[in-house]
Amino acid sequence: MGTRLLALIVKELLIVLRDPRSRVVLVGPPLVQLIVFAFAATLEVKRVEVVVLDQDEGRAGVELVHRIEGSPTFASVRSVHGPAEVRRNIDEQRAVAAIEIGPSFSRDLAAGRPASVQILLDGRRSNSAQIVAGYIGEIINDFLAEENAHLHRPPGVPQVLARNWFNSNLTYRWFMLPGLIAIIAQLMGVIVTALSVARERELGTFDQLMVSPLRTSEILLGKTLPPLIIGLVNVTLYVGVAVMLFGVPLRGSLLHLYGSAVFFLAAVVGVGLFISALSTTQQQAILGAFLFIAPATMLSGFATPLENMPEWLQPITLINPLRYFLVVTRGVFLKGMTLDAVIANTAPMLAIAVVTLSGSALLFRSRLE
Amino acid sequence: MLKESIQIVRDPSSILMALIMPLLLLFLFGYGVNLDATHTRIGVVLEAPSPSSRDLAAAFQASRYFEVRLAADRREAERALMAGEVHGIVVVPATFDADLRKLSRRPDLQVILDGSDPNTAALVQGYVQGVVANWVALRSADAGRQMAEGVGDRLWFNPARTSRFFLVPGLVAVVMALVGTVLTALVVAREWERGTMEAMMATPVTALELLLGKVVPYFILALGSMAVCTVVAVFVFGVPFRGSAGALLAISTAFLLPALGQGLLISAGAKNQFLASQLALLSSFLPTFLLSGFLFEISSMPGAIQLVCQIVPGRWLIPSLQTVFLAGDVWPVFLQGIGVLTPMGVFLLALAVRNTKKRVA
Repeated sequence: MGTRLLALIVKELLIVLRDPRSRVVLVGPPLVQLIVFAFAATLEVKRVEVVVLDQDEGRAGVELVHRIEGSPTFASVRSVHGPAEVRRNIDEQRAVAAIEIGPSFSRDLAAGRPASVQILLDGRRSNSAQIVAGYIGEIINDFLAEENAHLHRPPGVPQVLARNWFNSNLTYRWFMLPGLIAIIAQLMGVIVTALSVARERELGTFDQLMVSPLRTSEILLGKTLPPLIIGLVNVTLYVGVAVMLFGVPLRGSLLHLYGSAVFFLAAVVGVGLFISALSTTQQQAILGAFLFIAPATMLSGFATPLENMPEWLQPITLINPLRYFLVVTRGVFLKGMTLDAVIANTAPMLAIAVVTLSGSALLFRSRLE
Repeated sequence: MLKESIQIVRDPSSILMALIMPLLLLFLFGYGVNLDATHTRIGVVLEAPSPSSRDLAAAFQASRYFEVRLAADRREAERALMAGEVHGIVVVPATFDADLRKLSRRPDLQVILDGSDPNTAALVQGYVQGVVANWVALRSADAGRQMAEGVGDRLWFNPARTSRFFLVPGLVAVVMALVGTVLTALVVAREWERGTMEAMMATPVTALELLLGKVVPYFILALGSMAVCTVVAVFVFGVPFRGSAGALLAISTAFLLPALGQGLLISAGAKNQFLASQLALLSSFLPTFLLSGFLFEISSMPGAIQLVCQIVPGRWLIPSLQTVFLAGDVWPVFLQGIGVLTPMGVFLLALAVRNTKKRVA
């Protein structure tokens, strides 16, 4: 049985690598995803345009404006005159934020009255706007505290000293790339499996396989293992790219990552087999694969945290294997995740793999007989 | 043209793709992707509980942005951060009370954030600052002293800071790219594959007429799915619609010119449906998603990619769409978008006509 199985696996791998169509599917989308996501997909906010309306006649306003101009976050800090101009700049999206310093800012500060600054933000880009507001707020609070210290008054707002663990500069790529490894592993696992049986059906070779001396269990294993191997090769490739090309720190154990990846791939390969059993042409298989991949990706916490989703939607994510594997890839890369945490996140994937693999095996049997 | 319309009506797969796919996308995205860090779990460590540090902790608990786990021990909170149970820790030091009364020292608050999710970390830091500033303001007001100062911020157009309000209008652009380019490319490629395109060419219809006949039904279909998405955005997701329907129609029309041109161009170049769908997805759907400023700020990308963004039609549509939904009719924004999209569309359509002629000849 061993040699027969091996022959089948070798044959499967050869087919995948020889067919130009599957080569396109295997190489094109993952490569494009990796490059584009790594470079373009960032929620960092840099080089934004802001405007300042300084109505203050005193020295403090001018100094505050200098501080803001000195920050590397802003591409340009333009002065405007009058609220109408502020309105126009934000309306026409020429600035994401406007800083309004009131006419009595210097006087209030000197007299110990509350001196305040108003920030107006473009809510059409509310995420970026809030991050910009955070930057500006920090600059202003520091400025006010220093001014108060000069005047020997209680410095008011406590200083918030923030430190970021695991990713001290909040480099978005460090967040994106480990997640991307999980996404690409899923893509490979599902697509390769879904296409393999559909292609044999299209070509009529599946019937040949059935009349060969191979047992059903051997055929299923022969269809399960090659995508698993291809998936692991892809994981290796992209781990290498993430570490060497993009400098993402790998703080945990690679062994933990691979151990977990096997169970994750088993779970998604099971889904692929399922799609494969249901579809008769490759076109259908591709469509079916995307119908699974799109929701699985959206509801995994890949782009935004799961806890931001509506409460009723969150339980659905519990059956999504990607959800667990994302925790593992990010944890192993950035946090140096410990073995028990890896196991805690791998166990659900094992359960899902058992369900999808045995489910698709049953479906195959019933379709074959 | 009538024939094409009848074909669309007869072939349920086009309708399915034009209406069901966008709706699926809209719902998945509308519910699944949410950048608002409300109810973010954080740990608050009171190293030495005192009246003012307890008061500050209560302020965190009252905030709608946080779900607070109190801890007396810093190590306990750090373990929770490590395990991903909380996104950040606020440490109120033992000297906090004393420092608050001192003139010389600004009291420190230590905040440790989980940098493995950078966006949430940045938002949480901003919210922590907001809570602290509010707390100081309230306290000094209570004490009858006038020492409160600081920063107030207001978010125009979206005061509740709901990320869905800007994501959903952006999604309408993605849907139009999907229908306008991907569906057109796919269906026209199928005609080439089956040879019905050549058959049409043999009739006395000119290439231009033929392509127009192809374009107009898909144009209408794309506008239809745009309308459906708008209705869902407003009535299901509660996104405000402050502009006028006429403006929405104008900018959508301008966007569909290059989108349809691109679809036709792809179908004229690609040999089969499979290749056409891959090309269309890679050149239209993904860029509209990633390089249009829909979710990711263009100004934060590397220079070379910023240049690529300029030729993505979606990049010129998204600001107008977000404006027409959230801000109202701001014609300078719309005109800029239309001004870029129209020549882009004419160019792509002309190219598509030329390539179609070449292919038949």
